[in-house]
Amino acid sequence: MRLHTAGVASGFRKPLVVRVTTQPLSVERRKDAALVAVSRDGLSSNVSGYAALIFQEKVDALGIPVPVVHSVRDIDHFRSGHIVALDPFNGFIRTLYRPESQHNTLFTTERCNSNCLMCSQPPSDKDDAAALTARNLRLVDLMSPAPEYLCITGGEPTLLGDSLFSIVRKLKDVIPKSYVHMLTNGRRFAWPDFTSEFAAIRHPNLSVGIPLYADYAPLHDYVVQARDAFDQTVIGLHQLARHEIEIEIRVVLQALTVPRLAYLAEYICRNLTFVDHVSFMGMEHIGYAPRNMEDLWIDPLDYQDELEKSVTILARFGIDVRIYNLQLCVLRKSLWKYAKQAISDWKNAYSEPCEVCDVRDQCGGFFQWNTKVKSRGIHAIKSSVA
Amino acid sequence: LARAFTTRSAFDPPSEGYQLLPFRFHRLDKESEILVNECGEFVIAPLGTTERIVRRRLRPVDEIYGTLKAKHFIYDGYSSALLDVLASKYRTKFDFIGGSTKLHIFVVTLRCDHSCHYCQVSRQTVNKGEFDMSKEVAARSVEVMLESPSPHLTLELQGGEPLLAFDTIKFIVTNAKAGARQKAKELDIVITSNLAFLTDDILDYCKAERIKLSTSLDGPPTIHNANRPRPGGDSYQLAIEGIKKARHVLGTNQVAALMTTTQLSLDHPEEIVDEYVRQSFHTIFLRPISPYGFALKSGHKTGYEIEAFLQFYRAGLSHILNINRRGYNLVEIYTKILLQKILSPEGTGYVDLQSPSGAGLNVLVYNYDGDVYATDESRMLAEMGDFTFRLGSVLKDSRAEILTNQPFVDLLGAACNQSLPGCSDCAFQPYCGSDPVYHHATQGDMLGHKATSGFCTRNMTVIKYLFSLLVDSDTETQDILWGWATDRNLAEMRSDIPQ
Repeated sequence: MRLHTAGVASGFRKPLVVRVTTQPLSVERRKDAALVAVSRDGLSSNVSGYAALIFQEKVDALGIPVPVVHSVRDIDHFRSGHIVALDPFNGFIRTLYRPESQHNTLFTTERCNSNCLMCSQPPSDKDDAAALTARNLRLVDLMSPAPEYLCITGGEPTLLGDSLFSIVRKLKDVIPKSYVHMLTNGRRFAWPDFTSEFAAIRHPNLSVGIPLYADYAPLHDYVVQARDAFDQTVIGLHQLARHEIEIEIRVVLQALTVPRLAYLAEYICRNLTFVDHVSFMGMEHIGYAPRNMEDLWIDPLDYQDELEKSVTILARFGIDVRIYNLQLCVLRKSLWKYAKQAISDWKNAYSEPCEVCDVRDQCGGFFQWNTKVKSRGIHAIKSSVA
Repeated sequence: LARAFTTRSAFDPPSEGYQLLPFRFHRLDKESEILVNECGEFVIAPLGTTERIVRRRLRPVDEIYGTLKAKHFIYDGYSSALLDVLASKYRTKFDFIGGSTKLHIFVVTLRCDHSCHYCQVSRQTVNKGEFDMSKEVAARSVEVMLESPSPHLTLELQGGEPLLAFDTIKFIVTNAKAGARQKAKELDIVITSNLAFLTDDILDYCKAERIKLSTSLDGPPTIHNANRPRPGGDSYQLAIEGIKKARHVLGTNQVAALMTTTQLSLDHPEEIVDEYVRQSFHTIFLRPISPYGFALKSGHKTGYEIEAFLQFYRAGLSHILNINRRGYNLVEIYTKILLQKILSPEGTGYVDLQSPSGAGLNVLVYNYDGDVYATDESRMLAEMGDFTFRLGSVLKDSRAEILTNQPFVDLLGAACNQSLPGCSDCAFQPYCGSDPVYHHATQGDMLGHKATSGFCTRNMTVIKYLFSLLVDSDTETQDILWGWATDRNLAEMRSDIPQ
């Protein structure tokens, strides 16, 4: 699935966020819209009022009164209603929003105060918050139709401070019915003032997803590569609970987290009783993970005992459990009912044995990049034995 | 550019060792011991673990080191001890205390048609009036009840046989409802009756006023009628007919039944449990007899050693678990209460098994003559001439006076097992309670001598037995027990748990 392309930008100097249309619009409906076309042929001579024009062919932009990106490599993936960002310097066109997708995100920053050993999207220290916040605020204004579900992600969104509050306030004002899930390490919520201000926005449909990798502070801190992270996250979780914010705990399954997994489950039951969901997730083989494989790799087949025990502990207690990113053929049958198909459409793939598998439709499949490091348990399941 | 990674050893706790947080321990068997912290979190570990902990022989590389740290048994210099989290867990456990007095028992008359062996107080029909609650006492009792800060009150009307004084019941209900409305309190009303005098008019009234019924069912006819004699010997038949009629009019879950275990009951745990299933009840409370009043006196007839009761309890529980396995949901209430205390971070305010004891604090008994007692058992002691737990009288005392008079102050002094000899260092203290009234009645000392206390023997035995089930029993049994603790039946558990 294509989410970016590039061409030659002309006639604008600041990044633009615009809504794509593949059909010409009447003048009064052109505001915010970027018309996509192969060339100028067949277009009405009057293009004023569009926010931008996107052409596949080379076009002489001189004399066109609106921003233009021409000579664009691919335009077939654009659909009316998509929202794209146009870069004035390198002509990049990045698709930010697709109303038909369940996997839309607001990417807030590449910065992070943790540095998890298996991070799928390693942080960088560049100061991108202001530009991305401006882009996200504009993006939310243009979201029409509103998404059913939207994910705030990073980096670490809470590093934005006040800008994060602006974004959440904007979401509440413009698309209050869209369910917002924010992925955060939760550390910043240890500061009561920050949490109070965040909660005071009172977004009606918001939850946070916070990773916790062990019940034992030194182990969690090692995994996230940050001293005191465990204490901050646990205190942050309590602060969030005090404000009655919906919480998902996320546990990535890897060689460091598996040995204490059942203890972590017990810890959650007694210390974080208030959480709404606990999600166990197979590790993504991208970002930092390939580099730390010696420390992190465990074949999912080899942690099914620990996983089943941990799920049992949580489920007996009455906590909602979900399992993500593990294929049904490596997941113990007793755990299938917790498995969710949630890999973003643009990251999803299946492997060779999947072609003849009878439960493929129920299976979450793979991250594209995970097809390279497969469990030895990957195989086609035939319904006669399923 | 990727940032550098820090090695695991950089996250090792400092070498100066660890400190202890409060916990208690108990040897379970030849191989294992249990450690329990202030919030009731437990670790079952090999024998000798406590010694290794206190002699500072644990090392951070030991698997149990992390567990003990995470469960708040020890702390070290690596991170904060997260004492706020521990404090929050402790607050959660004891949240029930803030509820104040919720249960208010009104003894509307002592008159009764039954002459049960274990009852202390009933009077065979004597002239009406002498042993009935007067309007003056009733009105004052309602006033005192409404002075309780609890936003949710339960008014339990009992006797004697309260239906023999139905006009008094109506008077109390009317007053209580008006008062509760005025003070914006929720009010639940229960009548505890043998149902022998239940009429359609009474049921219509209960329906209109949303009053629940609670009755006695001691088992099948032979046991029930032997335990609960009345003229005609038809107590069982009247109770069963009453239950059916009441369920029909009020709804199935508006009618509850309680059993009392007599010496006769001891040999028939399964028959008693089966009777509850036959009558479509989904809860049963295997309740030992209270060692008070006539029950103490007539010990030869109804009393027994606590060991005999525990044998009865285990056989009954085992039968109940089998019944659940076969698909019929039946919860043993005492087990459920203990499981909740063991398995849940929440506190459980059950007046007979909590610390501080619920006597007076969470329950008050308003006698027909205006005297106020700490518990129903306290009132029974008074009928035997022992007024230790008479806290005051509605005719001369306010609620504040009742709860600051010397009898209640003395009672409170023995109400916290945290400070009772034999309890203060017991591993099971967070799951247990204190029962000053019981210990006064049986041992002449509110503090009690735990080595010879039936209360202690019962709870120690049952708690240890439940731990053995939670550790050693098959998955299905554990699912049933967890279901009781979390209000789910076996079918619901099966759909929630990996199968």
